[in-house]
Amino acid sequence: MTSQGWFLILGFVAILLALTKPVGAWLFALYQGRRTPLHLVLGPVERGFYALAGIDPNQEQGWRRYALHMLLFNTALLAFTYAVLRLQGVLPGNPQGLAGLSPHLAFNTAISFTTNTNWQSYGGESTMSNLSQMLGLTIHNFLSAATGIALAFALFRGFARREVKAIGNFWADVTRITLYLLLPACIVCTLFLIGSGVPQTLAGVVNVTTLEGASQSILLGPVASQEAIKMLGTNGGGFFNANSAHPFENPTALTNLVQMLSIFVIGFGLTWTFGKAVGNTRQGWAILSAMVILFLAGVTVTYAQEAAGNPVLHQLGVASGNMEGKEVRFGIAASALFSVVTTAASCGAVNSMHDSFTALGGMIPLFNMQLSEVVIGGVGAGIYGFLLFAILAVFVAGLMVGRTPEYVGKKIESREVKLAVLAIAVLPLMILSLTALSSLMEQGLAGPLNKGPHGFSEILYAFTSAVANNGSAFAGLTANTPWYNGLLGVAMWAGRFFLIVPMLAIAGGLAAKKRTPESAGSFPTTGGLWVGLLVGIVLIVGGLTFLPGLALGPIADHLAMIRGQTF
Amino acid sequence: MGNDFTSALRPAIVMTILFAVLLGLAYPLAMTGVGQALFPAQANGSLVRDASGTVIGSTVVGQAFTSDRYFQTRPSAAGHGYDGLASSGSNLGPTAQALVDRVKSDIEKRRAEGVTDLVPADLATASGSGLDPDLSLAAALAQAARVARVRGLPEARVRALVTHHLEGSIFGEPHVNVLALNRALDASGR
Repeated sequence: MTSQGWFLILGFVAILLALTKPVGAWLFALYQGRRTPLHLVLGPVERGFYALAGIDPNQEQGWRRYALHMLLFNTALLAFTYAVLRLQGVLPGNPQGLAGLSPHLAFNTAISFTTNTNWQSYGGESTMSNLSQMLGLTIHNFLSAATGIALAFALFRGFARREVKAIGNFWADVTRITLYLLLPACIVCTLFLIGSGVPQTLAGVVNVTTLEGASQSILLGPVASQEAIKMLGTNGGGFFNANSAHPFENPTALTNLVQMLSIFVIGFGLTWTFGKAVGNTRQGWAILSAMVILFLAGVTVTYAQEAAGNPVLHQLGVASGNMEGKEVRFGIAASALFSVVTTAASCGAVNSMHDSFTALGGMIPLFNMQLSEVVIGGVGAGIYGFLLFAILAVFVAGLMVGRTPEYVGKKIESREVKLAVLAIAVLPLMILSLTALSSLMEQGLAGPLNKGPHGFSEILYAFTSAVANNGSAFAGLTANTPWYNGLLGVAMWAGRFFLIVPMLAIAGGLAAKKRTPESAGSFPTTGGLWVGLLVGIVLIVGGLTFLPGLALGPIADHLAMIRGQTF
Repeated sequence: MGNDFTSALRPAIVMTILFAVLLGLAYPLAMTGVGQALFPAQANGSLVRDASGTVIGSTVVGQAFTSDRYFQTRPSAAGHGYDGLASSGSNLGPTAQALVDRVKSDIEKRRAEGVTDLVPADLATASGSGLDPDLSLAAALAQAARVARVRGLPEARVRALVTHHLEGSIFGEPHVNVLALNRALDASGR
């Protein structure tokens, strides 16, 4: 570890803390449906959309209707992308003349992008035409992100409102978030990326005669426009197979920093928005503190492990530090940091190959996802996931002191706790059962590239990434098979919507409740004690379930590594 | 609920189409237009041409250098090496025997060239993309003696050329762009 590496990590967090309030305040304006300066330009677009679709943005919805519209919209988007991918061969914007995708790959990919996962069973450059990248995939990068933030808004309203049924209008939330936040931010970001060396063209392959006289084909395309929203919307689906490790996606150390900041900035901001919405910004800072503590703990482990490197290679005479799967321009600190950021958020973009990390260095990304990605988390999804843990935390605290639990002025009763447990249980249930199944079946065992415990880690990582809607991979796994495309597709859908529906039910129930004024008997949810309790609940409830799986995979791998055993 | 369902169909379908046009067509196409106008070189891949106008590479993307006359690029897992249509890392885990075998052969190659110290980590490992355009300073300097010998140049001059090409950023690691360095080497005469 170097002081420059720590300067990068701490500087990164400092920049985000400085951005938290301004971004949170902007999000709060959208939460309230207030007018922003951007309405001057984009207001007519917003109103035009409502008019054509027959939407009254002022008509608020109860949680069931909000959920129904959200689900139907996502299903329509899913069908649209499935069609675009299947028909790729006959559609324009296909300079490489690529064929349409197989049914199972199109199924997997359409679900993957709809659920904000962006798991990629394919290599972008050899599978996707320019039109598919833009029309099939980029739209999801915006709308799955906007859906996530809209859902967070709905839950915030549940906590903030009293004795009403409505939790907002889904269409108004999604449209405003897209038009007044994601799109303008992406335009700025795209231009920065192009200026830094990310291609943006409709051309295809360029043939190169290298200095040594060999021929090389380089693929260009509309990369920058997809890259910008891939990060900001915590999507993570790369234009190229190697994702943000590819020099065209992420050409410099500065673009790397901006990409990492883009992944986290909305997640940081939303904690402030939550605090503002419930009338006490300290509530937001308390949540953010717990998240940042968990985040920095993860970074420390991964950075230390990667900087120390792989003893198996050192014995052969390689200098220390694990550079397998890493790019020189980023080096170890910026690669380790990126891996923890992308899995703490539900981004899943990678600037280095997690499969080739040291055993424990690669375990942290895996563990981050297993904590339901509530350490900052995906845009919207992180905070609503974290609030489910907060509900459990006040419940546990209430049991300990023998009082009715309350959180931000709302009584937390058996309905909320049951629904929160239901939502949280989806993750271990799906991940562990599908991993176990794939570890037993021939079709599943055909997947891993690596042998020994690392092969098991590849399977565990895949299902963790899918259910948690992350999308990063231990990419040695051959996933483009009917078995994995099918199961991972189901896992992604369940991981997203089986959590969202109970969460919206909680939002609806909370909105209908009276406000309980804070009293001397209330458990304070702003101080250090509360932050510590949150960290503990996330680790114990979220993490402990996975300990046996981690012992079979990364921990066994680590023990083999330090003994010098190979497979 | 049945009535709710049908009334939700229209916004779901219409909004899908409207957003597809805005985000899937208008946004990327507008960005392509503006990007091409403002940054034509970068938007088209930062291509490098020789005197005759032939494209010889990109400043951003790495290419294979295997000859002893040049500074060699890192091992690559992209296709058969530096395949621009198949970017990839090796994805070999820390305890993979295949990784050990590959690294052994890379180390032997460097030992045969007279590198006696520990081999710089990037020179014995495959990058994430398989298209890494750079080398660390140590990895470039470890090759300076060989390049100087083959080209009949003084080693000090080759080492000076390397340090002259050192780029850095406080957000990443110092590195040398291999294509730029090798072009400078060719331009130096021998």
